[in-house]
Amino acid sequence: MCPVCGLRDETEFSYGGDATVVRPAPDESSPDVWFDYVFLRDNPRGAHKEFWHHVQGCRQWLVAERNTLTNKIGAVDLARHEMQRNQT
Amino acid sequence: MRYSAFALIAKAIDGHASWPRAWRDADPRPTYDVVIVGAGGHGLATAYYLAKEHGVKSVAVLEKGWLGGGNTGRNTTIVRSNYMMPGNTKFYERSLRLWENLSRDLNFNVMFSQRGQYNLCHSPAQMDAARRRGNIMRANGIDAELFSRAEVRLRLPYLDYSDAARFPITGALYQGRAGTARHDAVAWGYARAADSLGVDIVQRCEVIGFLREYDRIVGVETTRGSIRAKKVGLAVAGHTGHLAMKAGLRLPIETHVLQAFVSEPLKPLVDTVISYGAAHFYISQSDKGGLVFGGDLDGYNSYAQRGGLPLMEHTLASAKALMPCISRLRVLRNWGGVMDMTMDGSPIISASPIAGLYLNGGWCYGGFKATPASGWCYAWTIAKDEPHPDNAEFTLSRFRDGYQIDEKGAGPTPNAQ
Repeated sequence: MCPVCGLRDETEFSYGGDATVVRPAPDESSPDVWFDYVFLRDNPRGAHKEFWHHVQGCRQWLVAERNTLTNKIGAVDLARHEMQRNQT
Repeated sequence: MRYSAFALIAKAIDGHASWPRAWRDADPRPTYDVVIVGAGGHGLATAYYLAKEHGVKSVAVLEKGWLGGGNTGRNTTIVRSNYMMPGNTKFYERSLRLWENLSRDLNFNVMFSQRGQYNLCHSPAQMDAARRRGNIMRANGIDAELFSRAEVRLRLPYLDYSDAARFPITGALYQGRAGTARHDAVAWGYARAADSLGVDIVQRCEVIGFLREYDRIVGVETTRGSIRAKKVGLAVAGHTGHLAMKAGLRLPIETHVLQAFVSEPLKPLVDTVISYGAAHFYISQSDKGGLVFGGDLDGYNSYAQRGGLPLMEHTLASAKALMPCISRLRVLRNWGGVMDMTMDGSPIISASPIAGLYLNGGWCYGGFKATPASGWCYAWTIAKDEPHPDNAEFTLSRFRDGYQIDEKGAGPTPNAQ
């Protein structure tokens, strides 16, 4: 489900991983923070927020909520909207 | 009782009606020395080696479903030790050596068949990489042979050697001691052997939390009540991250689904194990005649024990590209198992940062072949509170310290391992 193109085939999308992971600031010097960012994941059994790239369609990056147990897809929004929300 | 030809004949007299249960369906006791969570191959093997090698008899193996009903029953049964990274080589070779004597050790036929495994190469660069891998294996005392295209063609005549082949075969790295084993028999054999040493195997007993005293874990909360234990070990495959989270641990693990397929049975065709080098695809033939094959991960985080159709199409396309002769074969069934994919593609067998809690997980695609050594090394780690040299590299701290064992060189991307 793409917010621009509507319902599209799964094969048009490419997975981009956990969308709750936030890259630390470039001047962050704590190894713990970088370790956390590079390696550690919540890996939830249930609701999961994740990046998808509509690479064979409108080429927009999306943030989707999907249940990792049932594969049921919830809210999907453009990733830049999500980023803007996180910044404000 | 001991299984033997004599026992078989003796029981034939009453029509095989008096065989005793192979293991007890135990009820949980309130306390144990060690509780292992997960009665799959790894958990049962750990309990067996704890009792046999270290004399720890007060052991319970807790299972939320039924014995061997998770990934032990969902893999493609391939056993091999063709690894080249320090940390992996010795461990998987120990596993293969344990496999070679497993049926005798357990007094249970695990049908280990050393039919060999070919890793096909499709370019000169892949041949170079295979030669390097083979040399490293041989330097570690593991058997490996490099075959040219002509030799592979002689041995596996049914693959596509035509000019139309999308990825022409240039050769293969072969491990003759690799093979397959009967996956259910491994769980049953370990269960029976562990049970006879006094281990309690408790089924339909899901762990829903941990008991803590100060900063130490002293037992588990289950659907069948609290069980206290001096040490708690996880061996829960794809659910390692989920359970560790209940103990307050975030791990370098994502859970992904991997599909496998079985075709309708046919007469003997594939008398070995073949891995395709141009796509993630591997195939063997079961003793019942079905071709058993699998492919890549679906690629997105999943705890659902089923996969999607796009990956099925990809896998079947790989099968057809490699072996055109099976194009009209029908798929009998397919299933998915959930893997705990680590950030470097290698497993974790170690004490956790929380006292009293031990981790065995992150097996990625390769849990089945590791079953004996995993149990053997995990039992050692739990009993002695220090790793055996063969699993000393499988720490949790290696990610923080920069000592990842990245066999594939894919970096911290769990779905690309």
